[in-house]
Amino acid sequence: MRLYIDAIGTIAPCQLFGDKLEVPEADGNVLKCIEPDYSAWISPQSIRRMSRILKMGTTSALMAIRQASLTEVDAVITGTGYGCIEDTTSFLTKITELEENALNPTPFMQSTHNTIGSLIALLLQCRGYNQTFVHGSHSFEHALLDAMFVLDEQPALKILIGGVDEWTESSHAIHSRFGKYRRPDIDGSMTLVNESRGAVAGEGASFFAIAGRRSSVSKSMIESIKTFIGPIKAHDVSSFLNDTHVDLVLCGFSGNARIDQEIEKLMAAIFPHAAIGRFKHLCGEFTTASAFAVALASRILANSYNDLASIGYQQHGNPIRTILVYNRYFAESHSLILMRAC
Amino acid sequence: MAIHITGAGVVSSIGHNYEQCFNSLVNGSHGIKPLSRIDSRFAGSLPVGEVAVSNEMMTSQFGLQKVVTRTALLGIHAAAEAVQSAGITGTNWRKGFVSGTTVGGMDRSEFFFPSFLKDREAGDLRDVVHHGCGSVTNVIAEHIGFTDFVTTINTACSSSVNAIIYASKLIKHGIVDIALAGGTDALTRFTINGFKSLMILDEEPCRPFDARRAGLNLGEGAGYLLLVSDKVLEAEGLVSRGIITGFGNTNDAYHQTASSPDGRGSFAAMQEALQAASISPGDVNYINLHGTGTVNNDLSEGRAINRLFNDNVPAISSTKSFTGHTLGACGGIEAVFSLMALERQCVFGNLRFTEPIHETGLSPQREFSARPVNHVMSNSFGFGGNCSSIILSRNMKGQ
Amino acid sequence: MKIESLMADLKKQIVEALNLRHINPDDIGDDQALFVDGLGLDSIDALELIVLLQQKHNTKIANAQDGPKIFKSVRTMAEYIQANASR
Repeated sequence: MRLYIDAIGTIAPCQLFGDKLEVPEADGNVLKCIEPDYSAWISPQSIRRMSRILKMGTTSALMAIRQASLTEVDAVITGTGYGCIEDTTSFLTKITELEENALNPTPFMQSTHNTIGSLIALLLQCRGYNQTFVHGSHSFEHALLDAMFVLDEQPALKILIGGVDEWTESSHAIHSRFGKYRRPDIDGSMTLVNESRGAVAGEGASFFAIAGRRSSVSKSMIESIKTFIGPIKAHDVSSFLNDTHVDLVLCGFSGNARIDQEIEKLMAAIFPHAAIGRFKHLCGEFTTASAFAVALASRILANSYNDLASIGYQQHGNPIRTILVYNRYFAESHSLILMRAC
Repeated sequence: MAIHITGAGVVSSIGHNYEQCFNSLVNGSHGIKPLSRIDSRFAGSLPVGEVAVSNEMMTSQFGLQKVVTRTALLGIHAAAEAVQSAGITGTNWRKGFVSGTTVGGMDRSEFFFPSFLKDREAGDLRDVVHHGCGSVTNVIAEHIGFTDFVTTINTACSSSVNAIIYASKLIKHGIVDIALAGGTDALTRFTINGFKSLMILDEEPCRPFDARRAGLNLGEGAGYLLLVSDKVLEAEGLVSRGIITGFGNTNDAYHQTASSPDGRGSFAAMQEALQAASISPGDVNYINLHGTGTVNNDLSEGRAINRLFNDNVPAISSTKSFTGHTLGACGGIEAVFSLMALERQCVFGNLRFTEPIHETGLSPQREFSARPVNHVMSNSFGFGGNCSSIILSRNMKGQ
Repeated sequence: MKIESLMADLKKQIVEALNLRHINPDDIGDDQALFVDGLGLDSIDALELIVLLQQKHNTKIANAQDGPKIFKSVRTMAEYIQANASR
């Protein structure tokens, strides 16, 4: 079952809309989102309780709805690797500080991972199918797969699918202790080629208004998705592609030299002549970065940019009609998403 | 294509496997006792449904080389039983694992946190390495060898029913041949304090669907069903213990934690399940209620049942009166209990019920009762308005 | 403390605790309905107000069901505090 992307709403460290892609400057070893004025999207009554991830998730969903000129949707499916970390941390802090006494309920209530998808349903009064996937860096992919299942049964439905994860200071401190990121004192600029000084943490929210049928508003199409648990081999990619010609491979190089070398070798083996682009210098590394990649790929397939030098792609003159998104999260969780122009 | 149940595994405060839990349900023996295993100011007083097995014992029992989260341990416990009970011998099947959880590895992360709060370099990293919900699922998947497709769902209290729904779709769409689905959750200070702050905990053992109900008791545990397609059933010569004939997933879209007064989300989920199963309300023999014991849920769910079933309300009971509310695991655990109702041809009691809720007039089954059961409905309604309902049916074709 | 002074404090604390940034504390009437149509507060706000009373006014409310009565208006809240605060 194909998924047609009718509209996109994205809050990311870089500006995806407009005809230029500018590489953002990292703040130490973090790429933080460029955030809109949320009050322009959400009423004061609703926004007052929301933590940052809830504002990011709901606003990007509302952006997609507006772009698609929809007033309602039939289903909301969300992927998030770590959920509402700020609220979780806040409640944990209070439990410790107040020794389990007189605790505020709001952070607890908002700490469950499904709060994002539920709030969207509440704001849009969507009483249909609602699901939240929380499987680390496959969360967004499994949400997309679920959309395929839902639309296979009911192709006329309009669905909102999204991938959201937030950066917080405390989660960054913990991830850093696992040695995941480059040293923060390295200068903020990110080069495209041979970025190997280490990964940079990121965050983002991308929501898509999806239809099961192609229409005049379709921006791009997701044809197939596959997630892998162990490392993938050339054979896995070729059977996934089934002889499909790929114009551009958007690769999840993260800046970790060892892992990126593995990706390069694999790409060289399968696509000796294809164009390879990268995206994580635009959004950073986080568990739902593939959602950003799909948003970027959709914009590229819709011919939105004057040039793609900022993703490391040298224009050949031929339009890009097929993109393979290949992502992995550090050493684990590989995924392939095949997309086509409409 | 039918989705057949060929295996089941469960661990809760009323038993450490299918038979033990069944016997407790038959005998009316609940597992609600004062909190003991967690270091908390509520220890010794707050009634909860704890699993009476330590992490050390489970770690040693499963031959694990390193300590993992309690959520994972409980999950392994139930998942292993489900796999074993199915007795699948073929080695080429594509095996999927879909698990629901709300706390993930929080049972260990909350130990890490106080030290980390004081000093960013303090705290043992082994306590947070499996914090993520997906990470917990991966630990279980690797242990039982179901690794062709693995995913995790968190929709609060409806998590594991949604896991069963997704697993059914994975089989239907040919992504996997066999799927283990359900959920697991361990008791944590985090959830205990969270529900305390929402003021919906009963200071006594809970009384679901009773006029004087005063809240829920938290519990922990895990429950999984092993699902296969017709093709696998035939090829392996397995017995179909039951069929997932219908399911519904809706959103109440009313409030972040409270259910709508008329239970519109619950009504829609149950109705969708009935339609998918192509059965009418009168065909349902037993409803395993979500029945948490809170003023809000039981009224809302009760109204929805009245509206949908009218004069055909079947036997109903909340087994949370036995186990407590096991949060993300409740759908999985209660799906196993629903399977028991089908296999053993019975319905279970709803403990501590004395008087119907005035607005609904519903009287749950007070005691265990043997009777013909062809279709069982199991409800799970969660925070965020996530409402899910599944129907398990007897395999009418000869076994 | 005189009730007028307590009510003035409460208004500021309510706005802060419930993050009602779009509302000026002085614009909340002493007898204005806080829930349903009034300020449009909901059940979670009621729980937050219970915490507020405990943290800032040493006043406990054991049963959430009593909330609607006590939190009817700023005045009813102030009266409850004056009658029930632990010394």
